[in-house]
Amino acid sequence: MISYILRRCLYAVLILIGVNLVTFLLFFKVNTPDDMARMQLGSKRVNVEAIALWKADRGYDRPLIFNAEAQGVARLTDTLYFTKSLEMFRLEFGRADDGRDIAFEIRSRMWPSLMLAVPVFLLSLLVYISFALLMAFFRATYLDFWGVAICVGMMSVSALFYIIGGQYLVAKIWSLVPISGYAGGVDSVRFLVLPIAVGVVGGIGSGARWYRTIFLEEVGKDYVRTARAKGLGEFAVFYGHVLRNALIPILTGSVVAIPLLFMGSLLTESFFGIPGLGSYTIEAIQAQDFGVVRAMVFIGSVLYMVGLVLTDISYTLVDPRVRFE
Amino acid sequence: MSEVLLSVKNLRAWIDAGAEPLRAVDGIDFDIHRGETFAVVGESGSGKSMTALSILRLLPDAAQIVSGSVMLDGRELMGLPESEMRDVRGKRIAMIFQEPGTSLNPVMTVGAQIREVLARHLRITGAEAVRRVVQLLEGVGLPSPAHRAAEYPFQLSGGMKQRVMIAMALAAEPDLLIADEPTTALDVTIQAQVLDLLRDLQRTRGMAVLLITHDLGIVSGMAHRVAVMYAGRLMEVADRAQFFGAPRHPYSRKLFESLPGAASRGGELAVIPGQVPALTENFTRCRFVDRCDVAIPACREGEPAMTVLAPGHSVRCVRASEPATTYGGAAAHWDAAEFGKEPQPDALLKVSGLKVHFPIRKGLLRRTVGQVKAVDGIALSIPAGRTLALVGESGCGKTTAGKAIIQLIDPTGGRVELDGVALNELRGEALRRSRRDYQIVFQDPYASLNPRMRVGDILAEGQVALSDNRDPAAVMDRSAELLRQVGMGEESLGRYPHEFSGGQRQRIAIARALAVRPKLLVCDEPTSALDVSVQAQILNLLKNLQRELKLSYLFITHNISVVEYIAHEVAVMYLGRIVERGTVAEVLGAPAHPYTRALISSVPRIDAAGGHPVVRLGGELPSSVNPPKGCHFSARCPQVRDDCRSKYPEAVALSETRTVNCWLHGI
Amino acid sequence: MSSAVVLAAFLLVGILDSLHFRPALAVGTESQMVARLKGGMPAQAWAPEVKSVLDELLERMATRKERTYSAPLATHAFSKETIELPGGGQSREFPRLQFGGAHLADPAEDWSGDILRGLLRGVALALVIWCAFTALLLVAVRPSNTLNIGEFADATWKGSTDIPWRAVLVTLGIVLLVAVPAWHLSANYHVLGTDKVGQDVLYLSLKSIRTALVIGTLTTLIMLPFAVLLGMMAGFFRGWVDDLIQYAYTTLNSIPGVLLIAASVLVLQVQMEARPELFPTAAQRADFRLLFLCLILGVTSWTGLCRLLRGEALKLRELDYVQAARAFGVSNWRIMMRHILPNVMHVILISVVMDFSGLVLAEAVLSYVGVGVDPTMISYGTMINAARLEMGREPMVWWSLASAFGFMLLVVLAANLFSDAVRDAFDPRVSVVPRKTRFALRSQRAGN
Repeated sequence: MISYILRRCLYAVLILIGVNLVTFLLFFKVNTPDDMARMQLGSKRVNVEAIALWKADRGYDRPLIFNAEAQGVARLTDTLYFTKSLEMFRLEFGRADDGRDIAFEIRSRMWPSLMLAVPVFLLSLLVYISFALLMAFFRATYLDFWGVAICVGMMSVSALFYIIGGQYLVAKIWSLVPISGYAGGVDSVRFLVLPIAVGVVGGIGSGARWYRTIFLEEVGKDYVRTARAKGLGEFAVFYGHVLRNALIPILTGSVVAIPLLFMGSLLTESFFGIPGLGSYTIEAIQAQDFGVVRAMVFIGSVLYMVGLVLTDISYTLVDPRVRFE
Repeated sequence: MSEVLLSVKNLRAWIDAGAEPLRAVDGIDFDIHRGETFAVVGESGSGKSMTALSILRLLPDAAQIVSGSVMLDGRELMGLPESEMRDVRGKRIAMIFQEPGTSLNPVMTVGAQIREVLARHLRITGAEAVRRVVQLLEGVGLPSPAHRAAEYPFQLSGGMKQRVMIAMALAAEPDLLIADEPTTALDVTIQAQVLDLLRDLQRTRGMAVLLITHDLGIVSGMAHRVAVMYAGRLMEVADRAQFFGAPRHPYSRKLFESLPGAASRGGELAVIPGQVPALTENFTRCRFVDRCDVAIPACREGEPAMTVLAPGHSVRCVRASEPATTYGGAAAHWDAAEFGKEPQPDALLKVSGLKVHFPIRKGLLRRTVGQVKAVDGIALSIPAGRTLALVGESGCGKTTAGKAIIQLIDPTGGRVELDGVALNELRGEALRRSRRDYQIVFQDPYASLNPRMRVGDILAEGQVALSDNRDPAAVMDRSAELLRQVGMGEESLGRYPHEFSGGQRQRIAIARALAVRPKLLVCDEPTSALDVSVQAQILNLLKNLQRELKLSYLFITHNISVVEYIAHEVAVMYLGRIVERGTVAEVLGAPAHPYTRALISSVPRIDAAGGHPVVRLGGELPSSVNPPKGCHFSARCPQVRDDCRSKYPEAVALSETRTVNCWLHGI
Repeated sequence: MSSAVVLAAFLLVGILDSLHFRPALAVGTESQMVARLKGGMPAQAWAPEVKSVLDELLERMATRKERTYSAPLATHAFSKETIELPGGGQSREFPRLQFGGAHLADPAEDWSGDILRGLLRGVALALVIWCAFTALLLVAVRPSNTLNIGEFADATWKGSTDIPWRAVLVTLGIVLLVAVPAWHLSANYHVLGTDKVGQDVLYLSLKSIRTALVIGTLTTLIMLPFAVLLGMMAGFFRGWVDDLIQYAYTTLNSIPGVLLIAASVLVLQVQMEARPELFPTAAQRADFRLLFLCLILGVTSWTGLCRLLRGEALKLRELDYVQAARAFGVSNWRIMMRHILPNVMHVILISVVMDFSGLVLAEAVLSYVGVGVDPTMISYGTMINAARLEMGREPMVWWSLASAFGFMLLVVLAANLFSDAVRDAFDPRVSVVPRKTRFALRSQRAGN
């Protein structure tokens, strides 16, 4: 089992190298530093010196992969690939275009993101599972029918609508919470309640419907009939047998998302003005700051791979069939 | 007979299926007495499982009990509130199901699942419950029960899981055990163990058993009373002796006649023409009339009522009182003239040293750490126009061997020679062209035809790929001819597989294989997914085709009666190797290998007198990753000696046509 | 055995029969959109100066711009403006709109009557069209041999036809009842009001449908061949082919989708900036950007379907009929085309329709983030983005936002329901049709 997880880790590293290459090609080969400089400087002031200066200022004035002018190891290390791409494995992301250290920004913006994302994640899981369980329990009744109908309706609504609608209704009409903004400490609760609620509600449609399918799949299995034949009540059957089996795919399926919680939520954060990594990313995209985008891409894929490995591990923990193999 | 325990009256359970409901159970009545085994026998779709589920009110969502009464000890179950019904389930009436593999909760230990019953019905929890679980598991013959109780279902074999199911059902000491095809998913030797267990438990506990099965052999060995079910109704209810002595309903008789076996070898098996009528119909005639060969006009004037012929024997037939025929107990008699006398034709297929090993990879670098020796050096030969049956339990490698012979799986070693051509050496185009000489028919008629292709396209595929017949009109003609050959009309060409029944699909699959005029046909359990009456049709067809086209069959099966009926020679496989081979008369008439002997005696036989000499095998089929040292069978062999455990026995020729690999026959 | 088949068939028919009021809605809405798409497509293909049929039809909406906001069906502008009175003084009042209700002499008096008349005329027209269509349908689709027209109409009315024509007709009726009066009124009013620069919101909403559909369909078309081919190959050949394809999609999957899209669009922007000579007009830029967006969405979205198909192919390749084809020496390519592909079609169909709705929603989000379609292109994303700021106005300008969300909801809901219906047809187990108290009547009969 340990060797299996080790294998998965190795695979993850292999994938990361692939991601690294793809992003390197995209950011430095298709789109050369010269282009970036021209873009950043604006078309008016473009001249060769300005570009060179801009590149030197940000460390883009190196050859791509191989530095023929340098000596020894520096031939390989004093290159764009090494300084800009491989360095990321050391979590060195360099500086953003506004001169701030990206790694520092990420570390400080991570917390508001987590403050938002973790409650959303946990509450969502709880709410979706309860809804789905309710629908599965009353399967093939009107409750189930309308539950699914509402789910389909809710998943057809744009995420933007939930945010805008929520802001309008709760914050503007009812004036219960501030429309947007953020404050540290206990105060943050006031600002976070609405985004968390919006985050949970926005996903109910697809989440509950999907889990319902998983529950129904389990309900149809033979062992459920066995449990009923033992004389167990419907509640005991659901709680003791169906839920237990259905939670395996649900929980292990959710594990992959846990590391990505760090990345925050793009839309919610930017609409509610929460200074997390999501809004950081959006600002960077809107400011066309390639350094930050590159860093976020890298972190995102690292976290995804961590998620995959965690999924494997969680399987071995919750599923006896895997645990004993 | 003692008092009535369960009394079912006019039970109807319908399935919601669009415009018209499916009358799956359409008014049945029967009584089960305390301490007796009552068997309901019928073909698939006859409604026997629905009957069982109706008694416990455990029907699937789409089905519903429409009317009827089920009295348990004089208490009506149908009107009980659900909460009181739950006290009946598991406590008064317990049930075991067909698929032990899926009927246990995969993420709970078997002990915990049994404890649920103890806690629910007997309020036994804690240490006392643990102790009881061990007792129960011990009672069903599970080795090291304390250890097993802590295991999960996937760690147990199929037979052990069914034992656990039985232990669970017995936990609250029910008065009635409903066993719904309890051994259908198991191998014959394991089936024999489980049936023995059920019989012993029933006897010692005085428990009533409602046994649901399609196998008359099992009924013969288990039941006190028998009911035959057809299209949702009971057609005949009788004591075992009455039933096996002289079945009175034409349908019951047909069931007996369509059973293959040595006795019917010379001729054709009886078949039931047509198909089970649509159950959406509200019958106003005998529901068997369209398939009955003794029908008279009176059969169509209203559905016949049950006629009581003798105490305990009633038949739903207007001609019930006419003289009866006797069945059962027909001993295998082997026509010596058929074997040995005529000169053996030259072998069409010669296989020697065939091996198929699958690597097991483990660890960081996926190194090969072992081999699954699915097929481990088998040799056989089939003369032109003859049938060799390859017999063995599931997992013995017989299907893999069949696929390796027709080069669907690359053999690891050995030689496969067809008509002097070494197939295993062919590659690319030469291999492709050679494929017209050998074809295969699969087990599951539902998986073997592409659901999205018309029958015409299915039959054309092989012709276009392999023969020179490319002209569309000619292909069509040939396809129509093929359909006629397998007894179907050419109007089927434009239809899709789902429009056909299982038997018809199997005919189409045979026609598909014949399309390229092969010399050798590998039949991989072609009848084991079919009901007996349909099986009889397919066996007849295969036999006729062999006679007309001089085909050779490699007939892979686990069903000994089919072998007795259709094969000329037989090879018995155990753990990837052939342990005995010879003509059918030699091997089945006087088995030499202890495994063959056990296999044959495990098959449930119809036997009016009851009781035949039994060789029971203990244990399970070992894994082919780590076969026992020495003779593979040594771990289960009742006649094992010390030398068996050290070295695998060489083949010993017992006659010109017969070899056996066993130290008991050592030189 | 046959009873099981019959049972399955009955179950299927039953479920389809009771479910089809929803697919019919989808079909209805979609066919209507397809019609628009057909009209709208050629216009934008590469020559923006050529007008589409839609443009032609909606010309009066497109050209009659007001100066700024006006509420739905309003006759006066939404905000007070300072107007020079003829007498020389100034007054702050709501000015009359240039086009909305301009034909009315006295808006306060005549307005409601005029609207009502317009509505009634529209409804009447809709009913006429509907009747004509119904008659046409009854004649056209009647099973020629079995029923006469009367019987068929009767069957349709009772909803007992094989194809649920009743649901189709009802949906069609509703669509007509909404569309025709709206069209009728749009002659004199801005049915959904105007936006900040005075453009008719109804017109914008209709134009956006095309953008949404292009993104949905084009992206699907781009990713489909990759996903289908690679997925089937991975599952069918296994071994190193499988490893390679799995590696490719895991790698792509591991890059957060939005970021990859954002990065690619940024790169594209830089490139377009650097080579302005390639895109002489703004419209060409917008179209190219849309195309590129579809491309990159396609690249990020094929992995899901690919993985799904790989799993299916893995299962199918072991099935007996594939083995039988191999026993005939049928080539791998042919086996994939004839045996695997037709049997994964339903998976493809379901996932494509689901993806479609996902893509329509994604467009709005991406446009908001700033990496979606070109800001000059009319789409729900740009509409929402523009309207978002109006939330703060007092009193609120709600119609623009509401129209965008409303239309989007319709498109996506239709797609979702359609995919649901397809899935139910293939997997009756998760069906949601409630079971009535079945057999209630029949069981009495049976009991007697």
